[in-house]
Amino acid sequence: MENKEKNSENLDKKESIEIKTEAGVSSEGARAVQKEIKKAAARTYNENELLISHSPHIWSGFSTSKIMYVFLASLMLPTASAIYFFGLKALWIIIASTFTAALVEFIIKKIRKKRFVMDGSALITGLLLALTLPPRIPIWMVVVGSAFAIAIAKEAFGGIGYNIFNPALAGRAFLAICFPVEMTKWYLPQNFGADAITSATPLSEGFVFEGSKTALYKNLFFGNTAGSIGETSALLILVAFLILVILKITDWKIPVIFVATVAVMSLLWGDDVLFQVMAGGLMFGAVFMATDYVTTPVTGIGKSLFALGCGLITFVIRKFGAMPEGVCFAILIMNGFTPLIDRYIRPKPFGFVKEKPKKVKAREK
Amino acid sequence: MGVQMNTVIKKGFFSKGLRLAENKISRSSPIQEMKLPVRVLILMQQHFGEPCDLLVGRGDRVLTGQIIAESQKLFSAPLHATVTGTVTSITKAINPFANNIVNAVEITREGQDIWTELKPDKLISHASEDLNRLYSYELKNDSKDKQPVSADVRDSWRNLTEAINEADSNEIIEKVKNAGITGLGGATFPTHVKLLTKKIIDTLVINGCECEPYITADHRIMLEYGWKVLAGAYIVFKVLSPKTAYIAIEDNKEDAIELFGRLIKEAGLEEKFKVVSIKSKYPMGAEKTLIQTVIGKKVPVGGLPMDIGVVVNNVGTVKAVFDAVSEGLPLISKVITLTGDITNPQNVLARIGTPVIDLVNFGGKLEKNSSRVILGGPMMGNIIVDLNFPITKAVNCIMLKKTNKMHESNCIRCGRCISICPMNLMPLMYALYAKNSKFEVLRDYHISTCIECGSCAYVCPASIPIVAYIKTAKSVLTGYGK
Repeated sequence: MENKEKNSENLDKKESIEIKTEAGVSSEGARAVQKEIKKAAARTYNENELLISHSPHIWSGFSTSKIMYVFLASLMLPTASAIYFFGLKALWIIIASTFTAALVEFIIKKIRKKRFVMDGSALITGLLLALTLPPRIPIWMVVVGSAFAIAIAKEAFGGIGYNIFNPALAGRAFLAICFPVEMTKWYLPQNFGADAITSATPLSEGFVFEGSKTALYKNLFFGNTAGSIGETSALLILVAFLILVILKITDWKIPVIFVATVAVMSLLWGDDVLFQVMAGGLMFGAVFMATDYVTTPVTGIGKSLFALGCGLITFVIRKFGAMPEGVCFAILIMNGFTPLIDRYIRPKPFGFVKEKPKKVKAREK
Repeated sequence: MGVQMNTVIKKGFFSKGLRLAENKISRSSPIQEMKLPVRVLILMQQHFGEPCDLLVGRGDRVLTGQIIAESQKLFSAPLHATVTGTVTSITKAINPFANNIVNAVEITREGQDIWTELKPDKLISHASEDLNRLYSYELKNDSKDKQPVSADVRDSWRNLTEAINEADSNEIIEKVKNAGITGLGGATFPTHVKLLTKKIIDTLVINGCECEPYITADHRIMLEYGWKVLAGAYIVFKVLSPKTAYIAIEDNKEDAIELFGRLIKEAGLEEKFKVVSIKSKYPMGAEKTLIQTVIGKKVPVGGLPMDIGVVVNNVGTVKAVFDAVSEGLPLISKVITLTGDITNPQNVLARIGTPVIDLVNFGGKLEKNSSRVILGGPMMGNIIVDLNFPITKAVNCIMLKKTNKMHESNCIRCGRCISICPMNLMPLMYALYAKNSKFEVLRDYHISTCIECGSCAYVCPASIPIVAYIKTAKSVLTGYGK
């Protein structure tokens, strides 16, 4: 309706332009005059028409795809640790997952008859999913999970910007529910070719570490421990986080508050704080998953609330749940709350007062 | 040096906003007067408020400076003939600044200017003659560096300030009104309305920020007519009698800051006037952000700066006020920056009503593929397609810009627009709901507070034309309101 009204308004304006240009000239001469004007314009500008656009007429040039590729570059750090600690097998998982993600996105865009833009978001989803998988998962499962992440969790909702849940985490959750056995087989890191040794992840109940606490922290910090392929090295994740914050890709609030909440809750509960922070997928999830633009609140306060919720749920699942790790589901649950947070947490406009000054209105009239 | 420290204050912590590439390519080219146009087209509404009623008819002969349109309403400013000639036609034209169609008068020039009878203030104009002589000598010889303040200058300033003090406030306001002066920063708020306020004003801010990239008109006005700006500011100061006046200049205009520090000393106005050097950030020149930065108060939503005891005037406006009061000159010309992808970027003094094409040709030929002509700066300017469109009181820049192809993609909710919005709004919501034609919802998001500065669309990684959506939504909403 509004569009129609607008159009008719535009038509009126067009007519009046014509009236204006014809003013003072007889109607037969009007066309000739307009031709002359066009010719003159063409002489001056080598162009027949001037273009219309809207303000602002300059743009920062920092596009979505640039953001995505910088993010992807920062993900190369945990990727490197995955390949270093878990060998070629990890590389195959990563390649399978990213390739499937890009391919599925391309196919779906073609089916939906939408323009396909290689903005890197599908690659990120694929890579993020791969980095959260156990090292010995069959490749076909990786392909299924990656396809689910893109096709169902992202494109079915309308593509980039419209998905409610983080696609990579949704893919992981899908795999964890469908193939619980394969998704919980953990192995100690080994270099290329060596035999696999099964082990419990640090967070599960059967985990025993022979050695001093310092050695345990050292292993957790550098990544020499069992777990999902990309989440083990706290050091590289920290470096990536710093890069992202310095380049203003990521807001520091979510990762810091997320991790701090878990740390504080562990402290209150009398747990080993450093262990709780560095073990499992907490750091990885906080830096790379909980900071996804699309599925997190847009305001600063909203982001803080989101991170607080993530931290609390993670702690509750770790402490009281059946699963050893809760980061994935904590973030997914809080993703569901994002629209609600955005609806109620809004910034206060500049100079906002509850009662509108009535005197001013009178003056304007 | 000690005195210098007192007159210049450094301020400018404003957490929001943008740092833009300045691109002030015409900053060092002096203001040149354009030759008189063959024809001028004068729109009947060049200000914020009511359109004027015509006083002349087709075929009438008008003199330069003659009032040709007026309105009895308070919120309006009269319009003057800007050349001497005959009214050849009365037509209609689109006013891109107010988005409406208004009457327009076309005057064809005959020969040189024949001025209508002006009413100068003898005392002030006499006192300013000396200053004019002194400062124009200084400007020509470029010897302003470290020249000791001569007794001559001090005496002339004393004469001038005394003459201004003796002038009658109501007469001044009447003169400002008759001269048709509006805010020349772009908002075109009638200046006499600001002077007539009954509220107690305790701060006067003279806005010399000019935060938009490319534009240098105000910068040149400050450098070349600095003393007129200060004298005009003193006239406004006299009428409103605030406690302090701040001349706010962004720190990318070091020379202007220095000049005003010196001028204030020479004029002996150290107690009343202060220069504020502000960190340059966009949109610092916007009234609300400027007031917050300079005095730390916030203008309430839907209110005017007067409500918190502040009046803001642009440097060009106070210069026009001085001309109007001392010489009785109406506002018939404006300093305009010609910039962008043009061969010869410069600042010109053009008559109001001059067709844009004349100015473009004056600035040199368009470079190839410059296919957008923008009235105003790159952030807030309006595109025009009809190059016969005239200069109005709102235009301070004509910019030519090459096309750049942008493709709007989906919003990724990155929140950049929220983090930089100087008005603390949620621009992404405007784009979202305006796209779906849910305009009513946007009232809840305080869309009327938006100043359309364009920062959100500038940073948007998805290159969503947020400002275009906001403008559409606003016009639809005001249409509903009626």
